[in-house]
Amino acid sequence: MKIAVCIKQVPETTEVKIDPKTNTLIREGVASIINPFDMYAIEEAVRLKERYGAKTWVITMGPPQAEEALREALSMGIDEAIHLSDKTFAGSDTWATSLVLAKAIKKLEGVDLIICGKQASDGDTAQVGPGVAAHLNFPQATYVRKIREINIERKKMYVERLLEEGYELLEITLPALITVVKEINEPRLPSLRGKMRAKKQLIPVWTHKDLGLKEEEIGLSGSPTQVVKVFTPPPREKGKIFEGDVNECVEKLVKELKRFL
Amino acid sequence: MKEKGIKIIEEKCTGCGLCLKACPFGAISIINKKAIIDLEKCTLCGACKDACKFKAIVIFKPQIVKIKKLEEYKGVWVFIEEENCKVAPVSFELLGKAKELASQLNTEVVGIYLGYKLKEKIKNLFRKGADKLILVDKEELKNFIAENYANVISYLINKYKPEIFLAGATSKGRSLVSRIAVKTHTGLTADCTGLDIDKERRLLIQTRPAFGGNIMAQIITPSFRPQMATVRHKVMKEVERETSWGEIIEENIDESFIDKRVKFLEFIPDVSSKVNLAEADIIVSGGRGLGKKENFRLIEELASSLGAAVGASRAAVDSGWIAYSHQVGQTGRTVSPKIYIACGISGQIQHLVGMQSSKIIVAINKDPQAPIFKVANFGIVGDLFEIVPLLTKKIKEEIKK
Repeated sequence: MKIAVCIKQVPETTEVKIDPKTNTLIREGVASIINPFDMYAIEEAVRLKERYGAKTWVITMGPPQAEEALREALSMGIDEAIHLSDKTFAGSDTWATSLVLAKAIKKLEGVDLIICGKQASDGDTAQVGPGVAAHLNFPQATYVRKIREINIERKKMYVERLLEEGYELLEITLPALITVVKEINEPRLPSLRGKMRAKKQLIPVWTHKDLGLKEEEIGLSGSPTQVVKVFTPPPREKGKIFEGDVNECVEKLVKELKRFL
Repeated sequence: MKEKGIKIIEEKCTGCGLCLKACPFGAISIINKKAIIDLEKCTLCGACKDACKFKAIVIFKPQIVKIKKLEEYKGVWVFIEEENCKVAPVSFELLGKAKELASQLNTEVVGIYLGYKLKEKIKNLFRKGADKLILVDKEELKNFIAENYANVISYLINKYKPEIFLAGATSKGRSLVSRIAVKTHTGLTADCTGLDIDKERRLLIQTRPAFGGNIMAQIITPSFRPQMATVRHKVMKEVERETSWGEIIEENIDESFIDKRVKFLEFIPDVSSKVNLAEADIIVSGGRGLGKKENFRLIEELASSLGAAVGASRAAVDSGWIAYSHQVGQTGRTVSPKIYIACGISGQIQHLVGMQSSKIIVAINKDPQAPIFKVANFGIVGDLFEIVPLLTKKIKEEIKK
């Protein structure tokens, strides 16, 4: 079985603070991490490899520094990494991003399963996973909380998909794409050996030319959507915080809430 | 290699630093009183250009060749989503918003409803804003399968050419529309919290939060149709109309639309939650401050007095006090109820990003310095074990009145 994991490097939001004067994000010194949901995707690929035997890839589209994220994934037990990095990719929306990722997966040939995190913590769109599946015409299962079984011979996979009001059990024919939620596993820490191996490993960089893409298909020109404005939301009004006698506090709170009930 | 499409006009740049503050990606520095852009970090979002008072930043937006005749596209479509065999509330909210958008564009609202035995369920849709319904009634569409729904809807889009297509930002909606956008080659904006019309250009102005609501972005789809967007629960308002009937178009599809590669086997409802978190008007959440599993009872009692859903912080879920499906925050669900009551939750940024778009936030915490109080509209500093039961009691009394 061949498994490809798509990941994204994002700013570590725990460290993102708002400048109270300008009300903008303070990004200086903010570390970059692997998107939290992608950690579960990486872990699941490694677990499937241990369970069924598989060759695993990790792929990211991003600037040169995203290589760091790929090495971290390698240190967790992924076999190979591919870095999609090219100035012409900049400004890609989810449509163009999923096209680039889909082309890379096609180039790997014979990928049976693609695993993505359910969404990235910076953009929060959850669109790239299903977009990749659509570009490749793969069936998909989003928000997967458990892979019950993969029958490699019959090319069938049984997954539990999380919904608002419960979960559903789906049978999917491989090759397929899944996006995963936190509930699926607990990511391991990289071993020392893994770290050493990851450090030394060669990571090929693919550009739009390697993927057979024209410049007008990607980046800003290949993106159907355009960002016209970015702004900070108005700050929340200062709240009424009650302190002191519990009875009085609760009384006051109920009085305030009554207007909204 | 071709240069990236952003440039500082040095003669105009005063080195004031406004752009540096505005950049969400930390890509700008001021060197020798001139702004320098780190092209590796820049995503061409345009925040710096808007912030610059001296028009010193230019972004070259490439001319996109129009491959679609935009004027052929008319009408605002809403994907009617089903939940527990009924129309999901978010669909009603979207019809309300669609009505407003359509009237600005002088066009009609069309509900797209796929499923089985639909006739029994459609009556309310006209009252809630639909002028017309397109129904695809087939046993194979009874259960939502993203591939099948995407095949059918893409076909309908190509046939009828709507200019706007809206769906709920639910687990079904989000899985579906991304496939449709790729298949019909058009732009899609996720999780919008605001939708407006630029009348002159007939453009849908889509506003959405990014970085967990710390910044907002306005997005358009200038050259492709339909303009597709998913919208969060509870953001748009339902409307009530006198009209209780409208035009119905029934579409038939053949077997070729059904993707045999995905089979629905079984649905297992979540018995632990009485109220759906995503759709709840009120959510009561518990965190680390509860101390142990048994104490979640306090949260459940307060929730049931208000008819609210039960949420939790990551700390509470990781401690095994409550199921993951209740987790609110970065690695859980994003919610935006009318009232969010956080009990014993300190309000780490990962939690805040999942709930800070709630209309009213109430915080109960013993630590007056807890970050949750910074976003709270109302709060009580004190012992939640005293406050929560008392609050439950007072609310019950209030409701009896």
